[in-house]
Amino acid sequence: MNDLRHHFRTPLMRSPFHPRVEAANVLNAWAPWAGVTTALNFGDVAMEHSSIRNSASLYDISPMIKYAIEGPGAAAYLDRLTLRRASALPVGAVQYTSWCNDAGHVLDDGTLFRLGEDRFRLCCQERHLPWLQDSAIGFDVSIRDETEAIAGLSLQGPTSFSVLSAAGGADLASLKPFRLAEMHLGPAGPVMVSRTGFTGDLGYEIWTTPDRALDLWDHLMAAGTPHRLRPVGTEALNIARIEAGFIIANMDFICAEQVLRPDRARQPDEIGLGWMVDLDKGAFNGRNAIRAAREGGMLHWALVGLDIEGNVPAEGAELYLDGKKAVGQVTAAVWSPTTKRNLALAQIRRPWHRDAGDRLRAEIYALRELQYHKLMLRARIARRPFFNPPRRRATPPGMF
Amino acid sequence: MPTPSFDAIIIGGGVNGLACAGRLAQAGQKVLVLDAADTPGGGALTAEFAPGYRVDGLAHLVTHLDARMLAALKPEGHGLEWAVGSMATTALSSDGGHLTLNGAYGENVQGLDEDEAQRWAALRGRLLRHTEILRPLREITPPLPGKGGGKGNLLALGRAGLNLRRLGREDMQEFLRMILINVHDVVQEDLTDDRLRGLLAFDATLGTFLGPRSPNSLFLLWHRLSGDAGRIRWPRGGMGALASALAEAVRAAGAELRCAARVDRVLSDGDRATGVRLESGEEIAARCVISTANPRTTFLDLLGARQVETGLVRRLNNIRMRGTAAKLHLALKGAPDFRGADLRHRLVIAPSSDTVENAFNHIKYGEFSPAPVMEITCPTAHDSGFAPDGHHVLSIVAQYAPYSLRGGWEAGRDALQAAILKQLEAHAPGIGELVTAVELLTPADIAARHGLVGGSWHQGDLAVEQMLFMRPAVGIARYATPMPGLWLAGAGSHPGGGISGTAGWNAANEILGAA
Repeated sequence: MNDLRHHFRTPLMRSPFHPRVEAANVLNAWAPWAGVTTALNFGDVAMEHSSIRNSASLYDISPMIKYAIEGPGAAAYLDRLTLRRASALPVGAVQYTSWCNDAGHVLDDGTLFRLGEDRFRLCCQERHLPWLQDSAIGFDVSIRDETEAIAGLSLQGPTSFSVLSAAGGADLASLKPFRLAEMHLGPAGPVMVSRTGFTGDLGYEIWTTPDRALDLWDHLMAAGTPHRLRPVGTEALNIARIEAGFIIANMDFICAEQVLRPDRARQPDEIGLGWMVDLDKGAFNGRNAIRAAREGGMLHWALVGLDIEGNVPAEGAELYLDGKKAVGQVTAAVWSPTTKRNLALAQIRRPWHRDAGDRLRAEIYALRELQYHKLMLRARIARRPFFNPPRRRATPPGMF
Repeated sequence: MPTPSFDAIIIGGGVNGLACAGRLAQAGQKVLVLDAADTPGGGALTAEFAPGYRVDGLAHLVTHLDARMLAALKPEGHGLEWAVGSMATTALSSDGGHLTLNGAYGENVQGLDEDEAQRWAALRGRLLRHTEILRPLREITPPLPGKGGGKGNLLALGRAGLNLRRLGREDMQEFLRMILINVHDVVQEDLTDDRLRGLLAFDATLGTFLGPRSPNSLFLLWHRLSGDAGRIRWPRGGMGALASALAEAVRAAGAELRCAARVDRVLSDGDRATGVRLESGEEIAARCVISTANPRTTFLDLLGARQVETGLVRRLNNIRMRGTAAKLHLALKGAPDFRGADLRHRLVIAPSSDTVENAFNHIKYGEFSPAPVMEITCPTAHDSGFAPDGHHVLSIVAQYAPYSLRGGWEAGRDALQAAILKQLEAHAPGIGELVTAVELLTPADIAARHGLVGGSWHQGDLAVEQMLFMRPAVGIARYATPMPGLWLAGAGSHPGGGISGTAGWNAANEILGAA
């Protein structure tokens, strides 16, 4: 690693799970994620997605950016940094959250783990260390990037509880959604397990250190094979997350720090995160601007789910009102095998997120044997999540 | 918090704080001014530095005093008198061939040959005409690019525009050519006399982190002249007397002044500023809190960083505050002889533009200039009461000296004092023999004594990129702040410091909605 040529000989880092992922990646379908090479699929996207919904799936989340936020002022710091009241988060719980700049524009979203009274971990898509550190001025808190110090696997699907129980997870039955627990998984040693995920299904995320990563993978695969556990790539996960209605930074919205065109930055209310904003908790980044935008009617956009007729995915489609007026763009789309619906997420101009009725059309160019077929398909605003099974929340979870 | 008994609390009783208080009190507001020192005045103070010897403790001349404030508060009725209504400047030469500029910035000059006098008259005329374009901007709240502002502001902008149009085509082109140029190039092009070139180079860069060859340094000469059009005044009794006359005028207007009352915290309920807490623990409520303290200090220390959003914290921490001037006070047992120069003049040692540039070079590396350039005043030449009979005091602003000296000021201060005295000795032989007491204030001392972060007299470098809507930082340049009820009114805000009261007056206008 100290070889200075490392950065161009192997421009992408390797995940702690790389030896196993590489062995299973039979089509060599790789893509970079936060500077790490990751699997797009393991040969059969449909079966991988099916395992998320019908059995169990294993997805490497090690490249996720992780920050250790520690110190007596950590809770107060996070109250000021993020939109939600982090200080109200109990120890051992997890919060989906987001944070903004002074203009109230979203910098990123992520999950916040409270590991102790004064210890938090923030997981997100993009890197933010300078912002996090500049926000720490005046607080008794230390911020450290611990991305490479922690390896993570996401175990998702109806049989994930069975898999993890078979792997030796104790006290798992009582673990509620958005809670975490320390446990010992046989040869994989001590791990942290959180009942979290990005699929909208029953599932867990298991956190360990890189040196024990392969033991964890092997142990879970061995325990999970009878429960049809299989590794999945980003393509299958993307289908599942659209079904769950989850958004991804720099795909469904542009992080405010990376925005080049000033009109592309979005406030939480404009990307469906308005419910997070706690205006009563005291000062936090973006508070004045968010309040001013709400009071002044300055919100221009909304993020909605769409149900589109037909079965042609509307990726990148423009949305038209009455077939004429452009009012938004699709940011993610897929034909959903689980719901058998043609789903999409879209940014749409207000007030059409409420008042469009039956007037929206998605303009889709479907490439069919070297020719585009232009389709203007009826799009109806639909409630997210599109798929939200009771098993996701059931405690204790079902032994499928 | 109890019900506010004041409409406004002003943190800092310097000239800006007093101006703001006077304006608000005259408009009928109930105002309390709090100052940490034992007397009001801030950088305008006169104090004893050795038994029997007094001197202006920081600022020692008046070049920018706000005319609106003088007209409205009438400090003359409270004891303000001008010992010198228009001070001449002598550019000292070590061979005694001095150059003296009389009237408002050298209306006439002694010591120049006829050709150079003509060139100077032309350049001076141009400088003053160009200054007129900028002058109306001093008295307004900085307009945001693309946005208007109040009616008064639009008038002032219109006046600036009219002055620009009045220049005529060639002069306007010349203005635009010169706007971001450096003063060294201008004096090299337009003048031949090194003494005059040195003086202009010195005046442009005095109190800045610029050398004469630094880009935009001419702009700061305009800035200097935009005050009183180059006129230099000095109050009878010194700067402290000016401060106390202003304080009396402000009291007469109905404001309350409390000294030895250091504010320790700006209080807020999370949504707006509600008052202040003093170091003593006493809390005082007010409908608005106006700070003339350094903007960074105001937000990060007084209000507290956690009340400030991160983007603003970043901008506050990026304001450049780099004091470059040291102050030396000398007690002398006899009159110094600067080779015949008139001690009633402002004396400047800056023999050429290159000398100033060479002096500047050192500060870039955390060193002080071994041959500093300086401005000297001699209060005892005008007024009694500053020293025992027959004795004199000198007040010297010397640059360049950094806030953080490499190796530390504890080790370096004697060497800086020696360097300044050596320069003095070269221009006033025998002065060393007369010295009976010395007080040296390094930029670090000035910072500690006056709360001027980084030793920056202007609470933030004066530089083109830290002016107007960028002063002290984008988003807080119009005196209002993101914390409702908290206002800025100090030198860190437009148009900067320099014993003027203009920032305080402008802020009061903005607060009253009169701008």
